[in-house]
Amino acid sequence: MKYIDEYRDPTVAEALVQKLAQQVTRPWVLMEICGGQTHTLMRYGIDELIPKQVEVVHGPGCPVCVTPLEIVDKAIEIASRPDVIFVSYGDMLRVPGSSSDLFRVKAQGGDVRIAYTPMEALKIARANPERKVVFFAIGFETTAPANAMTVWQARREGLKNFSLLVSHVLVPPAIRMLLDSPVNRVQGFIAPGHVCAVMGYRDYETLAAQYHVPFVVGGFEPVDLLEAISMLVAQLEEGRAEVENQYGRAVSRDGNQPAQHILEQVFETADRKWRGIGSIALSGWRLRPEFDDWNAEKVFGLSETDVPEPPECISAQVLQGLKKPVDCPAFCTRCSPETPLGAPMVSAEGACSAYYRYRRHLVTA
Amino acid sequence: MNSFTCPLPIRTKDRILLGHGSGGTLSAELMREIILPAFSNPILDCLDDQAVVNINGVRLAVTTDSFVVKPLFFRGGDIGSLSVHGTVNDLAMGGAKPLFLTVAFILEEGLSTETLRRVVDSLARAAQEAGVRVVTGDTKVVEKGSGDGLFINTTGIGVVADGVRLSANQAKPGDKVILSGSIGEHGITILAEREGIEFESPVGSDSAALHTLVADMLAAVQGIRCLRDPTRGGVSSTLNEIAQQSQVSVLLDERAIQVRPEVQGACELLGLDPLYVANEGKLIAIVDPADEAALLAAMRRHPLGARAATIGAVTAGHPGMVSMRTVLGTSRVVDMLAGDQLPRIC
Repeated sequence: MKYIDEYRDPTVAEALVQKLAQQVTRPWVLMEICGGQTHTLMRYGIDELIPKQVEVVHGPGCPVCVTPLEIVDKAIEIASRPDVIFVSYGDMLRVPGSSSDLFRVKAQGGDVRIAYTPMEALKIARANPERKVVFFAIGFETTAPANAMTVWQARREGLKNFSLLVSHVLVPPAIRMLLDSPVNRVQGFIAPGHVCAVMGYRDYETLAAQYHVPFVVGGFEPVDLLEAISMLVAQLEEGRAEVENQYGRAVSRDGNQPAQHILEQVFETADRKWRGIGSIALSGWRLRPEFDDWNAEKVFGLSETDVPEPPECISAQVLQGLKKPVDCPAFCTRCSPETPLGAPMVSAEGACSAYYRYRRHLVTA
Repeated sequence: MNSFTCPLPIRTKDRILLGHGSGGTLSAELMREIILPAFSNPILDCLDDQAVVNINGVRLAVTTDSFVVKPLFFRGGDIGSLSVHGTVNDLAMGGAKPLFLTVAFILEEGLSTETLRRVVDSLARAAQEAGVRVVTGDTKVVEKGSGDGLFINTTGIGVVADGVRLSANQAKPGDKVILSGSIGEHGITILAEREGIEFESPVGSDSAALHTLVADMLAAVQGIRCLRDPTRGGVSSTLNEIAQQSQVSVLLDERAIQVRPEVQGACELLGLDPLYVANEGKLIAIVDPADEAALLAAMRRHPLGARAATIGAVTAGHPGMVSMRTVLGTSRVVDMLAGDQLPRIC
């Protein structure tokens, strides 16, 4: 298949692996931010291919994993109401809140539906004027434009029975938090390709200059990631700290400007809590006040709560790249996708889940 | 920073979730904890797709399956033909010649009789083509809202020839794993039609009765250990079950597994792995390596096995684990999912 097969080509991958072996003279620690990239690294065993001196650690880029407990609890509260049709991406249904999850709400009679695009939720709202339809708008900059489009469209149509429960998070503030940490080990970043397809990569140029850390905007296929790793190692070996774009077939420096325009009209930046990490200043988006009528937290009068999360797993260190999932004593024993102790084991894109699914033979050997 | 924390799991088991019907580990847990303890006996405990019972020297194969597919009609089949193919295939995987079917309909109040007629006609045609007779049945009507249009249960009876002993607990290290064709077509067809996903998907369900292919295979070689049709949960779940029941490991070769471009495209778009997508007209054979070539040749002479290929081998390490050599030459685990990739497809 075009744009897929050539990026999974074993010959091209082999050539990149050989190039990397020649480039590396000393150990480097790299981080991929996006959960989709974590998934590819594990699925294709790229850690087996690259030189031992290059360590790739996994960042906090799984939107399902970092969605805070309070928001999951709010979703469960709204979805349990008889007058509501609650629409969500499938992966959020499994995520445990403090006492239930959306799958259980559905089993108990809640009208919870899975959608592949938020526009489906808008269709459901038009078809069910007597019900309140709520879409669970989570994710990074990638999913935000389509979510923004729904409320923008709902306002234009005067569709009053539709609202968004928003928990959007932003990548650059999370990278800044990691780089500010006194225990940071990461020396170079694979920037998230799909986030940059929307937002461009000027923000990463600011980070590269300020912290003298190199970035390569990377794609999601194995050859993309090997090439991005090779480009990062080249920068590190040469002492450069620039932003380079490996994913040119999808990403431009300025990104998708119509998408950014609608984001600006609908959302404003706000402090946001990240599950397993804590609050990060100006790291999320919320609906602007002019969209209060389509803001589920306002529509349903939900108050701010602070749900303490019991200290149980090492996801904090995993999400910062300080530890690997296999370093956790609970991994594969007390913690698995059926009995997750922490968010990174819940979502298919979470680092622990990716290790569990694809690399489990490394610990059970 | 050290105050980073994580949620506790939710382990209440007081409700059935959709995932309990997925064919993954939640289904296995339901069987292990509630169903099997109530009925345990040596025949049931084999956990094959069919039971083989000996009555006065005749080896009867018995199986039952319920069909709750939505939509009722889809490209390449419908709930009527599927409820014949599914049960015939469960018999065939035990090496049985299918003979008789029972058919039970659960109809929801308000279903159009025209719809029922189309389903019944299709079921009758599929049974005739498969050479099985519907010899008894039942109809029930439930109130509107208590069903989803139409559910069908079929039970199949067949006979197994002397000397044929197929079971998922017989795989041995060194055996070859053969797959009869490309994967994922039924599941992707159902998903695309049900969700009204807006891509032009010319793919159709592979729903087909496999018993004549199986008969040709059994006539060609003696060394078949096990046959399974990778329906819900896909190739991955089926191979995990075989690996667990035989306490062996399976190593797959990713390059040997065929996925049609339309199915691959849909899977890329939706973030699905075709290894977990349902098939209704494919089978997996575990075979003695000495019989591999002869079996492949026999399968390829049959239209439903024309694209048969060896996709891996049984090995001794890691009992119960399926792994795969990727296109890049690295290895990875091919896990059994906890719940659904897609809700309710067969």
